[in-house]
Amino acid sequence: MRRGAWVLVVVVYLVLTVAALGRSGFQIATKFSEAPLAYSLSAFSAVVYLAATIALIRGGRRWNVVGWVTLTIELVGVLAVGAVSLNEPALFPDDTVWSAFGRGYLFIPLVLPAVGMFYLYTRSRKEART
Amino acid sequence: MIEWFLWVQLAVAVAGGTLAIILGFVGWRPNDLTMGFAGVVELLLIVQLAVTISAPLTGNQPTGSLIEFYLYLVTALLIPLGAAFWAFADRSRWSTVVLGSAMLAIAVMLYRMSQIWFIQGDGS
Repeated sequence: MRRGAWVLVVVVYLVLTVAALGRSGFQIATKFSEAPLAYSLSAFSAVVYLAATIALIRGGRRWNVVGWVTLTIELVGVLAVGAVSLNEPALFPDDTVWSAFGRGYLFIPLVLPAVGMFYLYTRSRKEART
Repeated sequence: MIEWFLWVQLAVAVAGGTLAIILGFVGWRPNDLTMGFAGVVELLLIVQLAVTISAPLTGNQPTGSLIEFYLYLVTALLIPLGAAFWAFADRSRWSTVVLGSAMLAIAVMLYRMSQIWFIQGDGS
C-alpha cells in the first residue's frame, strides 16, 4: 500500500497544480487589473503547489525540506485567505484556490496539506530507519 | 457545446473513472478495458473540440469566456495522454487508479466547461 499512497497523493497534487496554474494563468492574462491581489495570490499558490508536487515526487532529504516548507505555506494560506475572504469579501472579488477555505475545489486545498504532511512524516521516518 | 453530447461525455468519463478506480484498488493492472475507456474519453474530447470550433459559426455561442473554455478543453485533451503514458511506464495496479482519477478529473472539467458555455454570462 505504500506505493499506492504515494501515487494517490502525487496524482491529487498534480491535478490541483494544473488547476491552479491554468486558472491563475488565465486570470493574469485576461483580467489582472480587476483583482490584482486575488490574482497575484492565485499565481503564488500555483507556484507553491508546483514546488510541493515536485518535492513529493522526488523525495530525499533536500526535497523533503522543500515539501515541509511548501505544505506549511499551503496550510497557512488556505486558513488565512479562507478566513479573510469570508470576512472581507471586497479584498477578493474573484475566487482563488484558497478562497472560502477552498470551497471551489471541494475543500481539497484544506485537507491536502495535512495529508501531504502526514505522508512526508511517515516517509521520512521510513527513510531514517533504512 | 451541444447539451446531449456533453451528457454522453460526462456519463462515459464518470463511469470509466469510477470503474478504473475500483478495479485498481481491487488489484487489476491497466488493461484493454480501462485503457479503452480512457481512449474513448479522449476521442469524445476531440469530437468536443470539433463541436466547439464549429458551434459559434452556426450561432451556438458560449455565454461565458471562450478563452477560459478552451483552456479547460486543451488541458483536458492532454490528461488522458499523460495518464496513458503513466500506465505504459508503470504497469502496476496503481496506474489503473491513475487512469480512473484522470477520467474523473476530466468529468469535473467538463462540468466547469458546461457552466462557462451555458451559465457563466457576461463574457465575450
